[in-house]
Parts: sequence; structure tokens; C-alpha cells
Amino acid sequence: MLVLLTICFAAALLAPLVHRAFPRRAGTLLAAAPLAVFAWLGAALPEVMHGHPRVEAAPWVEGLGLEAAFRLDGLSMLFALLISGIGALVLLYTQGYFKNHPQQGRFLMVITAFMASMLGVVLADHLLLLFIFWELTSFTSYLLIGFNHERAEARQAALQSLLVTVLGGLFLLAGLILLAQVAGTWRLSGILGQGDALREHALYLPILALVCIGAFTKSAQFPFHFWLPNAMQAPTPASAYLHSSTMVKAGVYLLARLHPALGGTEAWSTLLTAVGATTFLAGALLALGQHVLKRLLAYTTVSALGAMVMLLGIGTTDTLKAMAGFILAHAFYKAALFLVAGGITHETGGETSVDQLGGLRRAMPFTFACALLAGLSMGGFPPFFGFVAKENWLHAIGRHPGLVAATMAGGAAYVLVGLSVGLKPFIGRRPEHLHAHEIPWSMRAGPLVLGLGSLALAFACGPAGHALIGPAASAVAGETLPVHLHLWAGFNPCLAISLATLVLGIGCYAARPLFGRAAGRLAPLVRLGPDAAYRGLLATTLRFAGWQTRMLQTGILRDYIRITVLTAVALVGAAFLHAGGIRGEARLSPLSLRIGLVSVLMVLATFTTILAKSRLRSIMSLGVVGYSMALLFTFHGAPDLAMTQLVIETLTVILMALAFHHLPVFKHGSPARMRAIDAAIAIGVGAAVTVLVLAALHVQTPTEVSDYYLDHSQALAHGRNVVNVIIVDFRGLDTLGEITVMAIAAIGAYALLKLRPGKGDTP
Amino acid sequence: MTSIILRTATRYMFPPLLVFSVYVLMRGHNYPGGGFVGGLFAGSAFVLHALAYDVASARRLLRLDPRDIATGGLAIALLSGLPGLLDGGAFMHGIWWDLHLPGFELHLGTPMIFDIGVYFAVFGVLLALVFALGEEG
Repeated sequence: MLVLLTICFAAALLAPLVHRAFPRRAGTLLAAAPLAVFAWLGAALPEVMHGHPRVEAAPWVEGLGLEAAFRLDGLSMLFALLISGIGALVLLYTQGYFKNHPQQGRFLMVITAFMASMLGVVLADHLLLLFIFWELTSFTSYLLIGFNHERAEARQAALQSLLVTVLGGLFLLAGLILLAQVAGTWRLSGILGQGDALREHALYLPILALVCIGAFTKSAQFPFHFWLPNAMQAPTPASAYLHSSTMVKAGVYLLARLHPALGGTEAWSTLLTAVGATTFLAGALLALGQHVLKRLLAYTTVSALGAMVMLLGIGTTDTLKAMAGFILAHAFYKAALFLVAGGITHETGGETSVDQLGGLRRAMPFTFACALLAGLSMGGFPPFFGFVAKENWLHAIGRHPGLVAATMAGGAAYVLVGLSVGLKPFIGRRPEHLHAHEIPWSMRAGPLVLGLGSLALAFACGPAGHALIGPAASAVAGETLPVHLHLWAGFNPCLAISLATLVLGIGCYAARPLFGRAAGRLAPLVRLGPDAAYRGLLATTLRFAGWQTRMLQTGILRDYIRITVLTAVALVGAAFLHAGGIRGEARLSPLSLRIGLVSVLMVLATFTTILAKSRLRSIMSLGVVGYSMALLFTFHGAPDLAMTQLVIETLTVILMALAFHHLPVFKHGSPARMRAIDAAIAIGVGAAVTVLVLAALHVQTPTEVSDYYLDHSQALAHGRNVVNVIIVDFRGLDTLGEITVMAIAAIGAYALLKLRPGKGDTP
Repeated sequence: MTSIILRTATRYMFPPLLVFSVYVLMRGHNYPGGGFVGGLFAGSAFVLHALAYDVASARRLLRLDPRDIATGGLAIALLSGLPGLLDGGAFMHGIWWDLHLPGFELHLGTPMIFDIGVYFAVFGVLLALVFALGEEG
């Protein structure tokens, strides 16, 4: 599996090159990678479906306990097949959708990288590995939503999705770390076996809450659902792939994956059922008032994700089976509908509103056929797989009146959306201005396979249930669940409810304009929703950051020095006082005569510096302070420091002399009050540091570290000058960092000197 | 700022300063000195030249752009960490070669190379700043 992921990531890296070499067939060529994965998964299917997961692990960063561990069981299999299968179709579709687009290579690269990351999420058997791939999907999703980065809306939507999903990711990380601590292992397979112990543990609730926040943000659950409809700014292939069939299901996958470990408690079922049902209904309701093709689909995706979480939350064996079936059905019809919607917009010159579309059946007969197949499956019409899944769902929730009513309401909305996208654009009268032609071949494969698949799966629902849905549901439940699906289950209450939903949905479809008007009137209310909260929070954060930056980064050297010095003294001083101050253990080190003399010299030189009437005299006195400092170093047996200090001091004087040119005429510019404050700060800080240093000198510091360096300097590093050995050998990495910082600082100073405004543009 | 005394003194000071900087660099491992202070000495030689003549002249004398020297120093320092890595140890793990020459033993190691990198980085950074300041106005 590591090999497969490597192939996919390599394909992503090569994508721009492939596109450059074969501009017309790049998508087809790149589709080979997911097809290879698909074929490998197919070969592994017989083994996996009989309950023998494929496992592999290789050490990665052993010090961190990080392993490249993968595990392919029924649940992973279902997701991985969808990811690689739909991935191949979407890559092919991209080739036609972005025909002659100069940035096609970039798009192919990111979407292939996303595919590889998503495969990583569903295959990983190590919590940290899973998290890494999880974040990679957020990141690639950001790049895909913001693909049209010239547009402000696309940038905002991309940032929004990134902030929401990554914020959730942080919660998830905390949850995963707690989970691993409690379970004592990072391996998922190990954690899943400890369900009982985990559920009893005191940290169970925090873990559950953190993991759920991560999963809910990713899977666009209420109240984090708002980013998904906005993410429709992404090009359609990305929407079809990420924001309907794969990435947004990562949260559902994670919750399903952890079900054996965390599921089955009161808290679990309450939280998931409540959030899932809310999302399911809210998404369906919000979808009713939409008229933009992709937004219609997006809101029903939100709703469908809610349904999956809800079914998972109820957590009976039947609902788990229903969830697995619904995942499969939804992936097929929703991806197909997105691809169709993209095709319509693409071939009509950018029309996105359902209300402006009509009568395309003659111009786009092929698209019509695919759209109808998928749309009917979405609505749950027999004999499509959507119908089978819905039957199964109704059967699973049993006679609970609230859930049945919710399912009917949601199901009616699905019928409306399915027909709006699958039927409405193609029938009726074609508006005068609308010109369209059929989508090219490369864009047909996706809708065709997925649309026909929705039909074929219904007739092959027995084997599909046995091979895919059963093993997936078994992995979620933690026990073997046989699944028997039937297209025709006989006359029963479920069928009656299903048909009633269809009738209700067709009624809603007929009354669509009504919903549109109602939504228009309710629009101000929606503006108070979580999206507005997000915007408010973001704006507040930015304002705070701006205020803080203006406070701290005034651009006035005096303020920087004040803040730095006062902070340092306050922190060290607080620690000093906390440790007992000068009256405690620490006593001041006595001063020798020569040190006292040098100190007096330094203080005198300092006053000369401040009171000097000319700049040159000021700098020279400052040099005296520096040289005296070198003298102090010599007294304390630090010749290295003394030597460096001498050279530095000389160079400083020279640098300052050179800087004379750029300075205005010398004068004491600041008012007396300011100077008094500065003097108080300077004297206070000076006194405090003096006391601290003298106290520190008196304390016998533990010498283990110094002794180690002294003892090993010669033996290990062949050097007698311990200072130098520490700098270049023992702590060499620090030095490397320091000289890097030094070089970067020099570049900054150089740029400031050379690129001043109004100075011409000679570099 | 043309002073015949300073110019003459510079002509005599310049070579010893450079030689001394290399001496300080090489002895650093056993006696006070090292790449940092060595680089400062070498830089001072050119700063002195720039003061006595002018920056353009010092630049001509140096031939290379100081920024390139700083970058090169960083690269040397970075590369000196690789042998340890390739040898199976950690990055910057010290590798030593002992040379037994007639009369004395010489220890050469990657930390020495690292120190040479520091030398050039400091040297380049110092001159980049001083030259930039001196060319203003």
C-alpha cells in the first residue's frame, strides 16, 4: 500500500510535466495511477470481503513511534475503491473540462495529490499517519477551491474551508493524542480492540468531543456546514471529487472507523444523532431555495453527510448497514450529477442557474441520459440504487416516527434536487439566448459510468451488498454482519413510505418556484447563520491582530528597546524573586577591586556617551564601554569572548561612523519628560541586571553539563578550546541556525539600505 | 577621507590581518579563536581598506560579491553536516581524520570545515553591510 501511495504522489509530482509533454491526453495518462490502485484493490477484494484485512507496516520515525502502517479492511476497501475509481474518472473529465487551459497541469497535480492523500487517510493504520494525510487533504482542498485565485470569492472560500477544517484538525490532533495515550498504542487496529476500556476511561468524553469536532468540521456538519456550499467556487471536477464523494466523507469515515472504540455509548449516540439529524434536515431545507446548480447539489451533500452521521449515531447493526449502502449510492449519483452540472455550465457558456436552463435535450442528449439516471437515483426512484439504499435506510430506522418523518422530508428534498439537476435543464422550452452542444468524449466517461452504475448496482445489489457493503458495515460494527440487499423486497411499510416520499418530492418539485421566493424572503435570516459568525470572528481576529501589531511594532526604535528590555527584566526578575530574591539562598558575589574600577570607568563612559555634544564623541565613549567589557571578559577567564568583543567594538564604531552620512544633524530631539522616563528605565534595568548577575555569579551552578564538556572536549572532539568545540561541534546545529539568522538579518538590512524609497532603483 | 598615513599603514596592515585571521581560525579548536572571530578579522582588513581608499576599491580587491561569500559560507557549513549523516550518524555528527605526519599529528574533521563555513559567513555578512553603508551618500 505504501507503494501504491508512492505511485500516486509521484504521479502528482509528474502531472505538470505530463501535461507539458502531452497537453491533450494528460488526464488519460494520469488516470493510470488510480486505475492501478483500483485494480490492486479489486485483486485484494476477495480476501478482504471474507474478513482478512491486508496489513503492512514499515518503520518511519522510530523515535516518535511513527510507522508507515496501513490496513485494508472492509470499510477502507469501500472508500478506497470509490476514491480511486471516481478519481480516475475525474482525471479523465478534467482533460476535457480544462481543454486548452494553461493551468491544467497545476490542477492535475493538486487533484492527484489530493487523491493520494485521501487514499492515505482511509488506508492508514496509525493515528499520526492518518492525521498527516487528513491535513494534506485540507491543504490540497484549499488549493483546489482557490484554483481561480484571481477571483476574490474563490480566495475567500478557500481560506474559509482551510480555516474551518484545519481548526477542526487541531481539535482532532488533540483527540487522537489523548486516544493514543489512553490506549497505549498509536495503531488503529490495536485501539479498536480496546473499546470497553476506552469507554470506561475518564478521558472518554474529552476524546469523543475532540474527535467529533474534527470530524464535524471536515464533513461539514451543522454548525460548521457553511464552508461546503461556499467551496463550490472550486472548479467542477474538484467539487465532484472532493466536496461530494471523497474528502467531505473523511469525517464520516473517521467516526465510522472509530465506532468500535468510541461508539455505542449514550454520549456518542446523542451527539451524533442530534448533529447528524440537524445537518440532514438543515441541508435539505436550505437546498430547497437554491437555484444555482452546484449549490443545490452542495446543500444536499451537506444533508447526505448529516444522514450518514445520524445513521452512525443510532448505531444499530441495521443502521450501520444502511449507512454503508448510502455512502455507496451517494458517491455514485452525487459525483455523476456534479459532473453533469459542470458539463452543462461548460457547454452553455457559463450558465449556472437552473431557472435559466431548459430544453437542452436536443443539444445534449447524452448528458440528459446520464443526468436522468443519476437524478432518479438521487431521488430514490426504483429501480435505481438510490432506491435500494433508501429502502434499507427506512428498514433500519424502523418505526421511530420522528426519524421516519425526517427521512420523508429530507427524501422529498432529494427528489426535488435530483429532478432539478437531472431533468429540469433538459425539458421544456429552450430560452432564446441559450446555445449548447454536447460534452466532449473525455467528459462523458464519468457521468456515464457513474450514472449507469447507479442503475447497474441496483440490479446487482445482492453481490454489491455481499462484497462491499457487508464488509464495510462489519468493520464499523466490529463484528461480522451479513448484508442481503434486494431491489424488490415485497410490499411492506418501507415501500409505502418510500413511494409516499416520492410523491411528496414530485409535489415539491412542481412547487419549486414557491420555495425560491420563500428563500428570497428568508435570506436576511440566513445571513445571521454560522457563516456570519465565521465572518465576524475572522474580522475581529484581524482587527485584534492589527491593533496588536500597531501597539508592538511602532517602528520607533525606542519603543522596541523599551518593550524588549522591560519584558526580559520583568520575567527574569519575577523568577528571581520567586526563588527567594537576594535574601534567600542567593547572595551577591563580592566585587574585586579591578572589576570595581573597570565598572566605574564604564559608568563614566556611559554618562559621557549620553551627555556628549557631538556624535563622534558619543560613539567614541560608547567604544570605551565596549572595550571595558572586553576587559571584564578577560578578568573572568573568557579570552574568546574578549577577543570577539574587541573586534566587534572596533567594527561597531566604524559602522556608526559610516552611518553618519544618513543621519540628520545631531541634536537631543526628544523632550525632557521622555528623556526622564528613558533614564528611569535605563537606570532601573541596569540596577536590576547588575543585581541579577552578581547573584547569579555567587550561586554555584550545577556543573554536570560543564564537566561533561570539559571532560569530553578533547576525547570526542579533538579540541582543547572547549568554547570553540561547543560552538562548532557539540552545539553545532545551534551555530548553523545562528549564522543562518545572521545572513537573513544581513539580507534584511541590506535591502533596507539599498531599496529606500526615492533612491532610484539601482540594486 | 584621504589620508596618506592611513593609506600607507593599510598597505602594511592588510596582508598580516588576513594571515592573522586564518591563523585565528585554524587555532580556534585548541586556543582562543575560531571561525567567528577569524571572519571578523578578515572582514576588518577589507573595512580598513574601504576606509583608507573607498568602497569601490575594496570591492575590486575582494572580486567576489560579499553576499555570495556569505551564501558560500552557509553552504559550506551546511555541507559539513552531511558526512556524519552519510556515515550513519546524525546530521553534523563529527567525522575526524587523523594524519600522522613526521613530527606531529594533525586532526582534521568536519567541525573544522564547519568553522570555515562560519568564517566565510561572518566575513561575507560583515562586508555586505559595511559596503552597503559606505556606498550610501
